[in-house]
Amino acid sequence: MAGRAEPLIRGGGGGIAAALCLALMAGPLLAVALRAGDSAGLGPGDWAAIRFTVTQAALSAVLSVALAVPAARALMRRRFPGRGLAITLLGAPFLLPTLVAVMGLLAVFGRNGLVSQGLALLGLPPLQIYGFHGVVLGHVFFNLPLVTRLLLQGWQGIPAERLRLSESLGFGPREMFRHVELPMLARVVPGALLVVFLICTTSFAVALTLGGGPRATTVELAIYQAFRFDFDLGRAAMLAGVQVALCVAAVLALRLAPLPVGAGTGLDRCAVLRPPRGTLARLQDTVVIGSVLGFLLLPLTMLVVDGLPGLVLLPDTVWAAALRSLAVALGSVAVTLALAVPLAFRLAGARALWVEVAANLSIAVSPLVLGLGLFLIVLPLVDPRLMALPVTALVNALLSLPFVLRALVPAIQEVNAGYGRLAASLGMGRADWLRLVVLPRVRGPLGFGAGLAAALSIGDLGVITLFADGARETLPLALFRLMGAYRLTEAAGAALVLLGLTLAVFWIFDRGGRGRAGL
Amino acid sequence: MKTHFIATGLALTLTTGVVMADTPVLTVYTYDSFVADWGPGPAIETAFEARCGCDLQWVAAGDGAALLGRLRLEGARTGADVVLGLDTNLTDAAAKTGLFARHDLEAPSLDLPVGWDDDMFLPYDWGYFAFVHRADMAQVPRSFEELIALPEDVKIVIQDPRSSTPGLGLLLWVKAAYGDRAPEIWEGLAPHILTVTKGWSEAYGLFVEGEADMVLSYTTSPAYHLIAEGDAGYAAAAFEEGHYLQVEVAGAIASSDQLDLAQDFLRFMLTDAFQSVIPTTNWMYPAVTPEGGLPDGFETLIAPETALLYAPGEAAKMRDPALNEWLAALSR
Repeated sequence: MAGRAEPLIRGGGGGIAAALCLALMAGPLLAVALRAGDSAGLGPGDWAAIRFTVTQAALSAVLSVALAVPAARALMRRRFPGRGLAITLLGAPFLLPTLVAVMGLLAVFGRNGLVSQGLALLGLPPLQIYGFHGVVLGHVFFNLPLVTRLLLQGWQGIPAERLRLSESLGFGPREMFRHVELPMLARVVPGALLVVFLICTTSFAVALTLGGGPRATTVELAIYQAFRFDFDLGRAAMLAGVQVALCVAAVLALRLAPLPVGAGTGLDRCAVLRPPRGTLARLQDTVVIGSVLGFLLLPLTMLVVDGLPGLVLLPDTVWAAALRSLAVALGSVAVTLALAVPLAFRLAGARALWVEVAANLSIAVSPLVLGLGLFLIVLPLVDPRLMALPVTALVNALLSLPFVLRALVPAIQEVNAGYGRLAASLGMGRADWLRLVVLPRVRGPLGFGAGLAAALSIGDLGVITLFADGARETLPLALFRLMGAYRLTEAAGAALVLLGLTLAVFWIFDRGGRGRAGL
Repeated sequence: MKTHFIATGLALTLTTGVVMADTPVLTVYTYDSFVADWGPGPAIETAFEARCGCDLQWVAAGDGAALLGRLRLEGARTGADVVLGLDTNLTDAAAKTGLFARHDLEAPSLDLPVGWDDDMFLPYDWGYFAFVHRADMAQVPRSFEELIALPEDVKIVIQDPRSSTPGLGLLLWVKAAYGDRAPEIWEGLAPHILTVTKGWSEAYGLFVEGEADMVLSYTTSPAYHLIAEGDAGYAAAAFEEGHYLQVEVAGAIASSDQLDLAQDFLRFMLTDAFQSVIPTTNWMYPAVTPEGGLPDGFETLIAPETALLYAPGEAAKMRDPALNEWLAALSR
């Protein structure tokens, strides 16, 4: 590989998309800062919150990725009935509203959960989930499946020719890992670490509930306090600024890691990583797949079991809310794709720091501050109630952007590196290049991204609470209102509807994309 | 940004529509659960619209504290005519925004456990904070000190005062009952606190799922299970120190162009048509007991002998030191 191939599409629109993203993040933050009066500044409690946030986020990221590598590897090289369904279900914990997911988690690992009940039968004390380890467990539950999906896409991207060559060279699993899989991991893992770290920096309800109390105060909770308890908008904006700084620092830290060159190209033939022979290897993979699926799917099963009795009790308004949520999801998908495609071409070429920060910022910035800022911007122009649904769609489009790009950028890089010069020498036009070369190779990541954007906006309860009125509620808001009115059976039913709808939407988009390698 | 312009267009159309219809609109800001289908909102809207010849529109914003936050963000630009759903822990800050008008009721006759002389805010319901437990709990504590003395595996769930109204209520309850001894009480409670949640819903959910033995809620919570679910399996523990009170209030916005209508609404709020809806929709005690009395089942609830409540100004002053004590005791 002499020199870098010149990409046909550099992503001039990417700069505009990045600027737009940055404005949509910085604008609200600035609006909050400008509206602030006297501020007490950051106190010792805030600094403690920052330390706790960084520690738990870093640990959660490392652990999620470390566990996802063997999980994705085992899932990649084994075929078993229900594998496709299992991979779709992997998306569920990440896509559910945290409130619901925590309930599912506690139904298994809580003091009165399945595991503790089992222990009680043996005369043992209940599981102690609440504490620092509970926070990390919760975050791994949310993010392990996401990372597994990102890694699966990496494995899928290894050209069949490479695998065949390795086999004909007589590579064993160890050499295969070293020469074929490791370079792929080195490209995908840093990005995965980054997104999980950033997601965990804005955690609040999960950290507090599973952390067992104010010891587990995160920056996001400190922002809540600044807004609700002290009405100190200056401090809220400052803390959101800290989140931005964490994001920039994390992006910078990862840029120090060298990125290996691509894995080369092939003829798009479908190849499967041949599973290593031997009972031990088979047993090992079975244990890995079994425990990961058990860990992720048991809580979901509990949500289904708990939710069934509530389904028949659901008031009509919940179904209306579900339709509203679906509309929001489709809007969100449109915006996500419109932003992600130009951004991905831009990032696949030169990696400008500001573009990279712009693309990742949305998961690092406080949803509360974002909501407050957008509220302040919208207020003089329109009745905020009318903006509740558009704003939810927009914010979730931004929120899913980093994940979409995580999947899309490496795919475009591969295409550029592998086919760019050939296409240039053939004098291929941009339209043909996109249609014939790029699109078939990025369908998977695109579908995955669209599904993620849709599902995330169905489950979102972030900005809507500030904008909503009595009439136009979304499904998560309806669920939350049921819970707030003692109606836990109905709430569990609504949670089941939410789970089903989220997964269905994710599945449809994801399915539309993946097809090819039967991922 | 396209959606933005569409929405602007939509907003213009809608406003024009309303102006043409020539029906006065009364916008009432409240908290989320008030406007839900099963909350008091729908019945109250119907009853008020039947007599006012106006259109009552609800705007819901989270809980009481979020409601105040939204009002402060909007400032003089607020679209609210009435704000309903603050409590006495918030009214001091609310009054200081300068947005509220005085109400025009002189010495309204109220059925509250405490006296009422606030010239801005009028109460519409009230309740006592209490720890709710299953009726078959082995040893029900009769005070904070008895709760502390119970074996460590007796667990409670509480809410974070920084993000939850009941959480703040508990903070002030301990402070009002124990004063300087509050840090000691919190340190004693710490081993019993299973976890602290963001809001009431999460805590109550954990309790019902069997994660904890007791949850901070209201003395009226067992009435929901009894009346709506026919389940007599829940009770509230009566504490000898007395119970902290939550009084929920409403006030009119001074700059409203519907101020007369807003004042009408506040008067209507204290009539039977409003008050009789409260007990079995908001699950609180009505501020004025309706003519027909309280619904069957309410007589089974505990009736605390001592009501604890800081005056609004005092509550505002107590909050910060009480929060610091709480944080110090539970962060160890």
